[in-house]
Amino acid sequence: MKRTLVAWVEDRPGTLNRVASLFRRRAFNIESLTVGHTEQAGTSRMTIVVDGVRTDSRKVEQNLRKLIHVLRVEDVTERPAVLHDLAMIKVTTSNGTRSEVMQIAETFGGRIVDVGLETLVVEATGPDERIDRLVEVLRPFGIAEMVRTGRVAMACDEDSRSGRRRSGDG
Amino acid sequence: MRRTGAQIVWDMLRREGVGVVFGMPGGSIMPIYDLLEKSGVRHVLVRHEQAAAHAADGFARVSGKVGVALATSGPGATNLTTGIATAMLDSIPLVCITGQVPTSLIGSDAFQEADITGITLPITKHNYLVTDVADLASVMHEAFLIAQSGRPGPVLIDLPKDVQAAETEFAFPNRPFASVQRAVPEPEDETLRDVVKRLTRAERPVFLAGHGVVRAGASASLVALAERSSVPVATTLLGKGAFPDRHPLALGMMGMHGSPVANRAIQAADLLVALGMRFDDRVTGRLDHYAPGAVKVHVDLDAAEIGKNVPVDLSVVGEVGAVLRRLLDSAEPVERAAWSKRLAAWRTDAALRDVLGRPEPTSLAAPRVIDAIWQETEGKAVVVTDVGQNQMWAAQYYPSDAEHPFVTSGGLGTMGFGLPAGIGAQIAAPDEEVWVIAGDGGFQMNVQELATVVQEDLPLRIAVINNGSLGMVRQWQEMFFGGRYAATRLVNPDFVQLAAAYGIAAWRARTPEAALAAISSARAQRGPALVEFQTTRQGDEANVYPIVPSEAALDEMIRRPEPGRDLQRASCRNARGRAR
Ligand SMILES: Cc1ncc(C[n+]2csc(CCOP(=O)(O)OP(=O)(O)O)c2C)c(N)n1
Ligand SMILES: [Mg+2]
Repeated sequence: MKRTLVAWVEDRPGTLNRVASLFRRRAFNIESLTVGHTEQAGTSRMTIVVDGVRTDSRKVEQNLRKLIHVLRVEDVTERPAVLHDLAMIKVTTSNGTRSEVMQIAETFGGRIVDVGLETLVVEATGPDERIDRLVEVLRPFGIAEMVRTGRVAMACDEDSRSGRRRSGDG
Repeated sequence: MRRTGAQIVWDMLRREGVGVVFGMPGGSIMPIYDLLEKSGVRHVLVRHEQAAAHAADGFARVSGKVGVALATSGPGATNLTTGIATAMLDSIPLVCITGQVPTSLIGSDAFQEADITGITLPITKHNYLVTDVADLASVMHEAFLIAQSGRPGPVLIDLPKDVQAAETEFAFPNRPFASVQRAVPEPEDETLRDVVKRLTRAERPVFLAGHGVVRAGASASLVALAERSSVPVATTLLGKGAFPDRHPLALGMMGMHGSPVANRAIQAADLLVALGMRFDDRVTGRLDHYAPGAVKVHVDLDAAEIGKNVPVDLSVVGEVGAVLRRLLDSAEPVERAAWSKRLAAWRTDAALRDVLGRPEPTSLAAPRVIDAIWQETEGKAVVVTDVGQNQMWAAQYYPSDAEHPFVTSGGLGTMGFGLPAGIGAQIAAPDEEVWVIAGDGGFQMNVQELATVVQEDLPLRIAVINNGSLGMVRQWQEMFFGGRYAATRLVNPDFVQLAAAYGIAAWRARTPEAALAAISSARAQRGPALVEFQTTRQGDEANVYPIVPSEAALDEMIRRPEPGRDLQRASCRNARGRAR
């Protein structure tokens, strides 16, 4: 089962490199890793998705905690959380299919962020599975290009922000 | 106060209580060396930066302080790496300071530029490239904190030459700018009660004591707990000294070349309590056959070690000294007559097979050399080993205790460690008798450090176990590779003449009597002394026993053949019949 870890890290040069180096050195298999700023200057936040079968997420968690620039690690898999992925999908269209693609995008809560002569760019955010389905539905039209950010996560209740550590073995 | 980067380096070293550093200068670190004379810090000039790292390591192991090594950029820095990796795997606190090309040239493949923070990323606990002199004081403060706190390890600080020269407003930092220290969790009462309950109920318990116990200085608590609850103690190689080897409850070293008593006890145990050790593959043997009947309790400071190699039933993450004291508070006195009877029988069997129990032969078996050094020094020497058979014999035949540390490269198994680590050890303990025990192969990996010994006027004693080969590899070739001796025969220099060339008094011994005489001559020497022992080159006395073949269970040891039995047949049959 996929597990989602959130790590708060100090925003310093080389921090991502240290995390990546740890995964390589310990042969951890990572499905996705996203980094971005947080509400606090100087702190970045990583969302790490681990295939919980081949890679023991507890080991990932414990080893991350040993890195000096890692401030906190939380496994949000078992808790109510928003787990979203963002995708931009460039779909090839003709006059006949354009409106159909636009409709599909809308149905999936996506939006059209660029319209070209022969393409449309659909942007969608949501749980991975929803994005997966959208991609499947759009594929027959022809996907010229696609990019996905990988999962970002935020726990729903206040608990996660107060920094309470979870055992992670739920 | 305005200070330059180089001044801040020395200010901070002094403030951290650093009295000695090991290193070699070069272009990119000259501003720091330029202030050496005024610094009041002792500098030991090595002949190779690898030796600076190992010497700092030996110093750290014996003094309990942080070892410091200095090197220039590029080749100076890369030469440190073997020593850094050695310290990393053995959790030794080091701070390595390297010069770097000026910040304006970084990334340009400038003369003697090497990306040392990139290179050492996976072999340091943490590292820094300081590009702003204003950060330097806090970085150094942080580095010393990180190196020593929690599970110790090496930290590297890379300092570009212009940062060493740049000036800044300087004040001693009070706090690091990151929360670098990890809070050590307090073990839960309930878990500890559970451990005590299991200890009381177990019929065949064994304590496994590792390096964590040594580093925590918790030997006395372990002895008290073992005695109160009648639990025998096996140690890892790095755990030598955690429990007195001569104590009646001592089982000796566990693992590949462990004592047969320890290995059998572990395999027969119904409870293992692992203390500050990490179930390295060299101590477990074949994992799926490891201690099959035992409930396993793991006490370690590093949560990432729990369950890493061996699944455990109960874990206590915490400082092992504190855990031992808490266990001692509540442990109940227990007697275990049946278990001690079984252990005693194994002890008798082990003694029967011991080389030392055999009638005196004419040739010199290495275990006799170690035993002679032990007898002559009355067990009071600090022993520093190299790697290979010599290391295993030293571990087996020089009993240790908490007062007499045993210094060895365990995790990385770095040949060439012994002599430079011995230099550091002798500097940490100037009034102690320090013996380096090295093989003829590994000794030559850092033999140039004999010059450092002389320049620093260190009364180091060096025993070279000359078996004319890379003995440990040769033993594997004999036992597991059909006797095909590829690239293990050594044509050696005359070690006595070599020592003499450096101005070191030296002796050679080929017989047990000569060995004793040479050892006492070496001990009588005021300055450094070296003894070359020409030891047995083949036959069962040239091999380390017992040996657990790779992929064999811990009690599937190949034992030393009993006297008179044919070695080849005995060991091959064992190997084939049991390794599968
Ligand atoms: C730097 C390094 N290179 C290679 C090895 C592999 N190795 C392990 S033991 C050994 C033989 C050591 O020979 P020697 O120093 O003569 O010691 P002996 O085993 O003969 O006592 C070798 C080559 C090593 N441990 N370290
Ligand atoms: Mg040898």
